[in-house]
Amino acid sequence: MDFQVVVLAGGTSKNLTPLVSKEVPKPLLPVANRPLLYYVLHQLEQSNLKDLIVVVEGEDAALLVGSWISGTFVDRLHVEIAAVPEDIGTAGAIRAISHHLTTKDILVVSGDLVSDVPPGAVAATHRRHDAVVTAMLCSVPVSGPSESGSSGGKDKAKKPGRYDIIGLDPGKQFLLHIATGAEIEKDTRLQKHILHAVGQMEIRSDLMDAYMYAFKRSVLQEVLDQKDTFQSLKHDVLPYLVQSQLKSEALLNGIPQAEENGNEKFSSQNNQVLVSQILFNSSIPSFHKISSVDPDGSASIRTHKCCAYIASSSSYCMRLNSIQAFMDINRDVTGEADYLLSNTSSDHNNVIGPSPKLGTKTTVGPHCMLGEGSEMGDKCQVKRSVIGRHCRIGSHVKVVNSVVMNHVTIGDGCIIQGSVICSNVQLQERVVLKDCQVGAGFVVTAGSEYKGESMARKEK
Amino acid sequence: MDPRRTARTVSDPKVRQVGFFTPPPDHAISDPPRHHDPIQSPSQSSPPVNDRSPSDSSLSPVMIPPPRHHSDALLRTALQATSPTKPFSPSTRTVMIPPENKDLRSPGRKVVYGKSPSSFSGVKASSVPASELTTVSVVNLALGISGKILTAEEAGGASVEVQNDRRASSKPLKEKTSKAERRALQEAQRAAKAAAKAEGSKASSSASKVVTSENTKPIKATKPSSQKNDGSQVAASDKKGGDRAPEKDRKKDAPHPRMQYDDTSRVEKAKKRAVVKQTEARNRVELFRHLPQYEHGTQLPDLETKFFELDPMHPALYKVGLQYLSGDIYGGNARCIAMLQAFKEAIKDYSTPPEKTLIRDLTARISSYVSFLIECRPLSISMGNAIKFLKSRIAKLPLALSESEAKTTLMLDIDRFINEKIILADKVIVEHAVTKISDGDVLLTYGASSAVEMILLHAHELGKEFRVVVVDSHPKLEGQLLLRRLVRKGLSCTYTHVNAVSYIMHEVTRVFLGASSVLSNGTVYSRVGTACVAMVAHAFRVPVLVCCEAYKFHERVQLDSICSNELGNPDAISKVHGREEINYLDGLVNCENLQLLNLIYDATPSDYVSMVITDYGMVPPTSVPVIVREYRREHLWS
Repeated sequence: MDFQVVVLAGGTSKNLTPLVSKEVPKPLLPVANRPLLYYVLHQLEQSNLKDLIVVVEGEDAALLVGSWISGTFVDRLHVEIAAVPEDIGTAGAIRAISHHLTTKDILVVSGDLVSDVPPGAVAATHRRHDAVVTAMLCSVPVSGPSESGSSGGKDKAKKPGRYDIIGLDPGKQFLLHIATGAEIEKDTRLQKHILHAVGQMEIRSDLMDAYMYAFKRSVLQEVLDQKDTFQSLKHDVLPYLVQSQLKSEALLNGIPQAEENGNEKFSSQNNQVLVSQILFNSSIPSFHKISSVDPDGSASIRTHKCCAYIASSSSYCMRLNSIQAFMDINRDVTGEADYLLSNTSSDHNNVIGPSPKLGTKTTVGPHCMLGEGSEMGDKCQVKRSVIGRHCRIGSHVKVVNSVVMNHVTIGDGCIIQGSVICSNVQLQERVVLKDCQVGAGFVVTAGSEYKGESMARKEK
Repeated sequence: MDPRRTARTVSDPKVRQVGFFTPPPDHAISDPPRHHDPIQSPSQSSPPVNDRSPSDSSLSPVMIPPPRHHSDALLRTALQATSPTKPFSPSTRTVMIPPENKDLRSPGRKVVYGKSPSSFSGVKASSVPASELTTVSVVNLALGISGKILTAEEAGGASVEVQNDRRASSKPLKEKTSKAERRALQEAQRAAKAAAKAEGSKASSSASKVVTSENTKPIKATKPSSQKNDGSQVAASDKKGGDRAPEKDRKKDAPHPRMQYDDTSRVEKAKKRAVVKQTEARNRVELFRHLPQYEHGTQLPDLETKFFELDPMHPALYKVGLQYLSGDIYGGNARCIAMLQAFKEAIKDYSTPPEKTLIRDLTARISSYVSFLIECRPLSISMGNAIKFLKSRIAKLPLALSESEAKTTLMLDIDRFINEKIILADKVIVEHAVTKISDGDVLLTYGASSAVEMILLHAHELGKEFRVVVVDSHPKLEGQLLLRRLVRKGLSCTYTHVNAVSYIMHEVTRVFLGASSVLSNGTVYSRVGTACVAMVAHAFRVPVLVCCEAYKFHERVQLDSICSNELGNPDAISKVHGREEINYLDGLVNCENLQLLNLIYDATPSDYVSMVITDYGMVPPTSVPVIVREYRREHLWS
């Protein structure tokens, strides 16, 4: 279908500091015992997109990700890994791989997207409107531990209103304004001429930019070439394209064909004009066309279209860009959105891997996941938690609303609530953790109590 | 209502046959099929008939015996006709085998099927040349297997098995058969399902049944065909091999019966093939049930999600399909051009797969594209004609042409079609029509026709002083777009809705209308509302000029706008665009008592049309068939 897919997998994200490390870059962060990247790749595979470019920040991370992909998706996907230096931003990443992009349109997907929205829908919308950029918007997910009631200080710190302000046309097809949460301080500026052209704009703050974009390749490359300062697709490129959509002469000069005047060559120039005019006249005009036609009737101003695909509210869509989101996604993937894990046949709402050893009177509640080879002692309780592979959990341990990764040793009598415990952590006896993050390889001494803290091993 | 429709379906084929071919000889008509029994059965097949008929008659007592005979005869005659061309005469074989089988079967049906493969091959080895033997014995083996499956399973499996056998058995024959024989076999295959179903229900003697069906396959074959057609058809197929060729031509010429969407079984079948998920609208107006109507809300999102999964679909086609589906492109010319350009892209990127010929494979490819487009929105007549043109160009490509040459030829052909048949035609129409506009005229137009728009603009450029009345209607309000463009160019316009047409008609001096198609009885098939405008104009004695490019003409004859039409989205008329406060129908849309009808086209009788302006000049509507005939012969299809 003439689309190339670029997955921006990221590297060691700072937002997730205790969880990700050099050994476990963000793409490989286990979510419900699967690396985060799996969700994106799996979904692309489902949509029959088998040629992918995965961009990873950092050489080491790229090696790790590459080996994981080749191990998991061998014979199923054709993946090329590109390693880019860290901190060059998403726009920089695209710039770096720009010479590999050849097709007419490009689908850019963030590697931290966990969603069941079909990418084909975004691409189809893009094609149908012949847009320059199409962004997928999804409704803002319900964040926070909604049912548990344990709202720690860390979650409260998350400011409300960090979401994007998005302006749409009445038909909800075109993107008229976009301002991402971080940039909005008190007020946001709207483009008057766009408002004038459209007549009516719907401003919404309940939508989130899901970081799945379809770009017209030529335009994207040109923007990236011309604007060296652009760092991020979301913060720089997209707003730029949206703002300049009605006066894009400068932008599209290098492109031989205007979008709506097809790319057909006719023997007679006159006939071509007529053909395009017939097509032009008999398609439903968007405001672009109306505003691009001068009062004297000649189409003089070049415009381009920025479209939006709004995912239906029933679909699941979430980005893993904070620790809270990590918790939420873990909860959802094991719980209500368990269809994202394709091969689970969970009849009774919890997934227990092969050969777990459970002690007597140990209960594993619904919405739980237990990796293979994990052992649990007597009288343990596990509720709404994910426990990784080869964990050893002692007796009288309570794990609620938590994520425990692989190879974790938990001593007797520990109580863990709302926490993330990374791989190879050792919790000694009677540790009480509430809303904590414990970095990989950390050792929590016996009898200690922590609340709302984040612990990590000192870097040597 | 129902009786009326059935009456139409019955009469329809008759009318068609009168139109297309000469009545068959008297004896053929008068001969009831049963009459052939004594003539043919003595020669070879009477014992098996007697043997089998009691068991079969319980299933369908009337139909089975006659068709078996006549098609047996058919096959035989076919073989006779073709036998000179072949080195060994298979006619002996076909005569030989069936009785053999039946003899085997008759003593004890339940026992036989295990034995039958061996006995078959024995028979074959003795009577038939070696090359034939291998292929048929394969079939027999398959039969034995299928028999076992049949006993284990229920009748449902039977049909599939039987069909497979059919195909396998027919293949070897095909290689050395003549046209007539192939036709017989084709009919056999077509009827396979019906025959298989009839057999499958007899579980006890299923194995032997399959055997019979295999051997007497051509016999069963014609059963459905004789059901469908009337006596003349049966008689015609009973004629000797020499007469068959014209009959075949006739079959080709006869228009495909349009899919009737109130025929549930066929709709189900079509649905299985469909790419676009189509949910039938539940509440359809009784009179229009035979037209497709789908829930409009679900189609687009569903098709969009499958974007990357439709591998064989070319992106350009996909885009056009999406645009049809979402209504982004409308109008006969625009849709046709968009489709042709998409085809051009597809041909440009096309490469013949190995071991296939370009002509065949590309035709098949185009057909699959077309069926996709039909699922997105029913084709307009203009598109149908353009497709016909393209296919005929493909079919007429010289075999010697290399692939790239063929592709360039086709792309040039497409360009030529767009240029000559649409663009140049429009220019000529404009030239003709402008002569009919004089100073002081008040011209009325309805909807937004690209040809009419060009006429008006050109007349304005020539400096003629006239006024335009744009009549519009819900729900599309295309007239507003036309109005916008006209006003910008400085024409003085009046805008009104079709409800007021009788009041505005007083001051109008000419009516210019666009058309989706002009049919060969002069009927103008156009945007719904056109007929109303034309009728009012006729009543006020205002001349009605229909502007239509000749490539949109069609040889079909249509008397009303019911039998063939398109249904639009019913929601479009239940909601008033731009006025959310008018929501009287909210919550009633799914009510069973309410049926919404959003017709897209209507048919204007030729009485109301004073003149058709086409690229061949201005002609009265009665001359349309002449143009159809000449145009078809000389410009497109030959």
